[in-house]
Amino acid sequence: MDRNRENKSHIKEKRIHTMGKPVKITINDREVSCEKGNTVLEVCRKKGIYIPTLCYDERLESYGGCRLCLVEIKGMAKPLSSCTTPVEDGMEITTESEKLTGLRRTMLSLILSNHPDDCMCCEKAGDCDLQEMAYRYNVKPGEFTGEKWDLPVREDNPFITYEPNKCILCSRCTRICNEVVMAGTIDLTGRGFHTMPDTAYGAPRSLKNCEFCGQCVSTCPTGALTDRKSRGKGRSFGMKKVKTTCSYCGTGCNFYLNVKDNEVVKVTSDYDAPVNKGNLCIKGRYGYDFIHSPERIRTPLIKKDGVFHEATWDEALEFTAKKFKELIEEHGPEKVGGFSSSRCTNEENYLLSKWVRCAIGSNNVDNCARV
Amino acid sequence: MASLAAIFGSGAMTNSIREIEGMEVIFIIGSNTKETHPVIANRMIKAYRKGAKIIVADPRRVPMVRFADVFMSLKPGTDIALLNGIAHVILKEGLHNEEFIGEKTEGFEEWKKSVEEYTPEKVERITGVAKKDIVKAARLYGGSRKAGIFYTMGITQHTCGSDNVRAIANLATLTGNIGRESTGVNPLRGQNNVQGASDAGCMPNVYPGYQLVENPEVQAKFEGAWGVPLSPKAGLKATEMIPAAHEGTLKALYIMGENPVITDPNTHHTVEALKKLDFLVVQDIFLTETAALADVVLPSTCFAEKDGTFANTERKVQRVRKAVEPPGEARSDLSIILEVAQRLGYPMKYTSPEEVLLEFGQVWQNLAGITYQRIEKEGIQWPCTDREHPGTQYLFKGGFPKGKVPFSPVSYTPPAEVVSDEYPFILTTGRNLYQYHSGSMTRRVDAIESHAGEPYVELNPSDGERLGIGDGEEIRVASRRGDIKIKARITQRVSSGTVFIPMHYREAAANVITNDALDKKVKIPEYKVCAVQVSK
Ligand code: SF4
Ligand code: SF4
Ligand code: SF4
Ligand code: SF4
Ligand code: FES
Repeated sequence: MDRNRENKSHIKEKRIHTMGKPVKITINDREVSCEKGNTVLEVCRKKGIYIPTLCYDERLESYGGCRLCLVEIKGMAKPLSSCTTPVEDGMEITTESEKLTGLRRTMLSLILSNHPDDCMCCEKAGDCDLQEMAYRYNVKPGEFTGEKWDLPVREDNPFITYEPNKCILCSRCTRICNEVVMAGTIDLTGRGFHTMPDTAYGAPRSLKNCEFCGQCVSTCPTGALTDRKSRGKGRSFGMKKVKTTCSYCGTGCNFYLNVKDNEVVKVTSDYDAPVNKGNLCIKGRYGYDFIHSPERIRTPLIKKDGVFHEATWDEALEFTAKKFKELIEEHGPEKVGGFSSSRCTNEENYLLSKWVRCAIGSNNVDNCARV
Repeated sequence: MASLAAIFGSGAMTNSIREIEGMEVIFIIGSNTKETHPVIANRMIKAYRKGAKIIVADPRRVPMVRFADVFMSLKPGTDIALLNGIAHVILKEGLHNEEFIGEKTEGFEEWKKSVEEYTPEKVERITGVAKKDIVKAARLYGGSRKAGIFYTMGITQHTCGSDNVRAIANLATLTGNIGRESTGVNPLRGQNNVQGASDAGCMPNVYPGYQLVENPEVQAKFEGAWGVPLSPKAGLKATEMIPAAHEGTLKALYIMGENPVITDPNTHHTVEALKKLDFLVVQDIFLTETAALADVVLPSTCFAEKDGTFANTERKVQRVRKAVEPPGEARSDLSIILEVAQRLGYPMKYTSPEEVLLEFGQVWQNLAGITYQRIEKEGIQWPCTDREHPGTQYLFKGGFPKGKVPFSPVSYTPPAEVVSDEYPFILTTGRNLYQYHSGSMTRRVDAIESHAGEPYVELNPSDGERLGIGDGEEIRVASRRGDIKIKARITQRVSSGTVFIPMHYREAAANVITNDALDKKVKIPEYKVCAVQVSK
């Protein structure tokens, strides 16, 4: 652990040292000013210049594994990976060229040579970085032939489905698990052709070894890791995505509720969220089933002789108001109170506070901050 | 968080979550951050990987201990002694911030005397933490001018909870570790909108925006804004309303979205109290244990079915958006309250939730600049006093609202309930990673339930061996108030003599056996320390 920490801090230090110094560079013949300490990829992303990537995730430390993000830099003999190259004053960068396209096509063909031809039924189709890049660079399966993995789909836990055959070994899942969550659940295992991300001894993910934060799923660029609960419930592009704030702990993570036919079928990361940058925990990512629980109350209920009876809103509200009026008149407003909820919104809490003070007339209002 | 407000003039997290990455020293006391605030823990891990030192003080070997340079496994309820002991060492080694103390604080000399007696030797005896660890923690925290303290209910759920918070504030004041970027005091709110509910004045002694009910000028201001005469008397706290109901002095209660039967200490007492009410209305999404006792139950909406805002633990006001229609005839809490108010003869007219927030901003300057449009993409942290104001990343940049920060002497008092021959174990309660609070939401997630659906009590292997209790065995845990049957989980997470029960499971509600002695000042029930016996 300590070794890990020292190493990283050393790298960071070097970057931090000159961080923030303004520099001028040229990207595709366009002059751009930016700050030192950023990588070429980061600057391009900020300026809206597309560079394909497969192993990059803003949440992770630079890795440089897939070599899809190659750019040409004047004065350099070979193209460099933009995700690991820091900007320098006066750099002249080209992000698309015949040569680069050729290299990218080769990389993609190699990946596809050990990839199932399953886009039709794949859970990830339409939201898959690999599919998108193959399309963009017009790479078809079978341009290279080679040995293919033929491993079974793993559904050995309730949250995460793992289809190793679709893994492109970008190691984003293992890095997020070890860098960001530091759960140490998965790592690259095996050697050579048999290298793949997995748990120790291939044991199923369980509470003993995994936090089920789903970070690995959120970063996987392909259909290798997918949310098991959402499988078969709809394609990404067929879903309404509503950005909202988590209703569990006080961290206030943002995410997208993915809705199909008035049902929340999935939660996806909001990578721009200021608080959580796309990270979530088990509750935020997988704790949405209660929304559509059959146990939700659907109508107002009034208790008569110890038993609940369904009532109309009018009946329930009239009865409530009548009883409150009576009790306030008889005993005074000091004998009546209200509890608000930290699950409710600011607006609802403000109104409850106002309602108790104005309509009831006492200050007997509290929330559960204390409990 | 009343006492943090008393000291610094505000009870919210002083830093932002993203500033955690820049901290040199992170002192976590009484917070199981990796399980209760996992994404905040991610930020701490990021700081750790950049070289930050982490100090953890907790009775349990919580997961963050893996990253700690110092782990202080203190006996439950001895936080004040530990914090005073750390202050003692900081003073003795001259690590305090004289400039800050001279310019920005008051009461230093008197307070200094109060920590004199907390020598590492004495503190070791009280807390069980080795002297050398106390000194190490003091050197780390006192040696840094870019340190943050983090705490949650672990620190406030004691009879001496508000004193605990004072002791924390004293440490920050002593070292000047407050009021700068990546430097401050940070209570982590357990529930998503505790901050907002408090901001909104859902507290008996203050109107929205922490404005005192008993201040006549404030009263006049709100009478003007709301158009009716208001009571000049502070009301009852939640933890006073339940006993009042029990005694028959509270007649009716309106509960919006809470489940006190599970979340309040001493469940039997709470049930009896609610049954004694003449009238109980519960507005909720499920027929909870509390709703089952109601005379009227009103079906409301969950976060996915309504528009509004939440304020997170770093004061950031963020949007909640409606994604789906509510089931059946369920209605938003907002529209239900409006209807009830109307029928009680106090009509309130709003055409949208935003209008409510705008009104909130009119009565509380700190929100005055926030509109839905401004927080469409990204939330804003209050104070945000006008439409141009960018919000406030960390508090007290320009000084403290009350002028000087007072040192407040606090002394260690043993927990209300101490162990005896008959009740030799200390029970502490809390959350686990997978379930949430009373469980009414997470326990309805099948996949979570199938993995973490069973209640358990954590027991140290040596205690297990001594009592002949094996892992998974069903045992009885009893306090002076009640008992439950529950499965044993043998683990090093708890030290010998301590047991831990997560609070989420109604079939083994830990609160059946916990203590409802209340904190002297802020009335937080003492969940954390309770003497129990453990038997087969
Ligand atoms: S992972 Fe992507 S490329 Fe592979 S089959 Fe699925 S959609 Fe197609
Ligand atoms: S499982 Fe996904 S994230 Fe992990 S290495 Fe394979 S493709 Fe990359
Ligand atoms: S769910 Fe989280 S803890 Fe589990 S393997 Fe994925 S990243 Fe690691
Ligand atoms: S996703 Fe997890 S950490 Fe984030 S707010 Fe929700 S419960 Fe808290
Ligand atoms: S994104 Fe740069 S090498 Fe993969």
